Amino acid sequence: MIDMILETFETGTGFWHPLVWITVFVIIFLLVYIIRGFGEKKYKKGTGQTQAFLSGNKEYDKQLMHVQSSNLYWGWTESLKWVIDLLKKMHTGIVNDYVLWFVIVMGLLLVFVGLM
Amino acid sequence: MSAIMDMLLAHAPALIIAVPLLGAFLTPLISRVSEKGRNIFAILIVGITALFVFLLASDVLANGTVTYVFGSTAETVRQSTVIRILFEVDALSIFMAIIGVILSFVAVFYSYAFMKENTGLDKYYTLLLLMTTGMLGMMLTGDLFNFFVFLEITSIASAALVAFWTNKVKAVEAGFKYIVISTIGALFFLFAIALLYGQYDALNMAKIAQSIGLSGFTFLDKIALVIFIAALAMKGGLAPMHMWIPDAYGRAPASISLLLVGATQASLYGLFRIVFTVYGDVLTLPSVSVGWILVLLGLVTMLVGVIMAIIQTDFKRLIGYAAVAELGYMALAVGTGLTIVATADPMITLESAPFAMKAINGGLFHIINDALDVGLLFLVAGAVYYATKETSLNKLGGLARNMKYTTVFFIIGLLAVAGLPPFNGFASKLLIYESTYQLNPILAIVAILSSILLLAIFVKVLHAVFLGPSLPQYKQVREVPKSMLVAMAVIAGLIIVFGLFPQVIVTQLIEPAANALVNNGAYLQWLTGGL
Repeated sequence: MIDMILETFETGTGFWHPLVWITVFVIIFLLVYIIRGFGEKKYKKGTGQTQAFLSGNKEYDKQLMHVQSSNLYWGWTESLKWVIDLLKKMHTGIVNDYVLWFVIVMGLLLVFVGLM
Repeated sequence: MSAIMDMLLAHAPALIIAVPLLGAFLTPLISRVSEKGRNIFAILIVGITALFVFLLASDVLANGTVTYVFGSTAETVRQSTVIRILFEVDALSIFMAIIGVILSFVAVFYSYAFMKENTGLDKYYTLLLLMTTGMLGMMLTGDLFNFFVFLEITSIASAALVAFWTNKVKAVEAGFKYIVISTIGALFFLFAIALLYGQYDALNMAKIAQSIGLSGFTFLDKIALVIFIAALAMKGGLAPMHMWIPDAYGRAPASISLLLVGATQASLYGLFRIVFTVYGDVLTLPSVSVGWILVLLGLVTMLVGVIMAIIQTDFKRLIGYAAVAELGYMALAVGTGLTIVATADPMITLESAPFAMKAINGGLFHIINDALDVGLLFLVAGAVYYATKETSLNKLGGLARNMKYTTVFFIIGLLAVAGLPPFNGFASKLLIYESTYQLNPILAIVAILSSILLLAIFVKVLHAVFLGPSLPQYKQVREVPKSMLVAMAVIAGLIIVFGLFPQVIVTQLIEPAANALVNNGAYLQWLTGGL
């Protein structure tokens, strides 16, 4: 039973064993933790040491500093604007168009399968 | 005791449908006596159904396909005509039923607290149980017309549940769109059944499969196949016919979004069943490349799903698009399996082409993983809505401070859906990457790219909803009730177990299901052996 549970996951050309992976991960974590122990011990919580350095500018209220969802991945969405705009145009939200896509796909399939 | 168990086991296929159906109609009556009693009754009904599913699963996985004839013990095949409705439960059907019943149980358990403040819950639980009935019926039946009936039951119950929050215009609109799409899909499906019935005088899947094999794929068979694929691909949420999914998943109560994942997968199951079983004899021929249709639909679905998800600002719509992308993986993998055989040496069968089987294993494994991962994310979105009454990602923030357990569950769902080790999504995606690479490396590249984007999408949600400074409007927010946390914990637990011990799941559940899918001879065996 235990042998069956611990069996290696075969993928065809490779294999995967999560328990081995986790064991390695834990060992690495322990090593990092030990190395961390050799680090600077003068750290004082709640002092100027822990505050972010914002080039001398005054720090805004924390609530104003939350980066909202729409602002994330701006560069990515900007560079792929043409694809996104195309897809947005497809997604009209009108149910007639949803059915139209169904008809289009069915027509294409008919040609494809009809030629077989 | 043993005699009772034997009797229950013998009638388990019928009881799996009868129990939730009866429960659905008893729910309004019990609701009149006690509301709390009604909620517990619904949980009990789904629990009993789950017991029957697991009982039947142990039998099917140990002894092979179970065929259950309704209404009579007399012979079912007379003068080569199948005269009764029957359920044919093989390893694939029962695998799907296990997924369906897990989702249903978690949904009903989660609803206990999540829906507490709503009115009209007698209707809610009735519809939920009807939806469960329809979904399980689709998965177990061996009759095409019966499949259509269960498809309709599922669709009508689902549409009503999508529009359950009738005070929200968009929910009603989503429900309307859902019923239009479902009805059109189902009517075309019925038309395709009529084409086959007109030719072969049969509605039984095995009988039709046998007839198609003998007739050699007529022109009407081709038309019926096209309609089946288009209708079920639309119901199964494959692009570009996926657009109803974000509407429906996004507007339904979270517990129903979870169940809708199962209903969508039931349609996808129908698609695979028709391609592999009903048309199994002709579609594995080298000249017929229907596998490529599934591959292309899968590719488009993945790409459209992730690109649209990344720009969403509504929590549940975003998960809806991510769910679309996940459906693409299943179509891609199963299509790859079919294509490898169709393009290979004519002597190579599905069983002897190892990458074909690995692809199908990956596709089927991903069905259960997707149900768990996306399901968990919907439950988390529901928990966030329950606590804040907000779904806009632009307005949420800093909730990790108030909802620690929900945040942990979200992180588990995030890592699993993005296919990061050691969670379950990684195992199935690894199978998909390796097998699709054998067909064409570009397929694997697109699949990996989609996974990376899925990670980016949910990291964005993690940041927008849970991280960042504490916002004043959410200072009073508290963690959700325990029953909701338990429901999320059950799914998170399954995700971890499936991730840590993938080989057990593949050996015990997935491989038998994949073998049942590709080996349509076993599905047809009772026709020659008799019942």
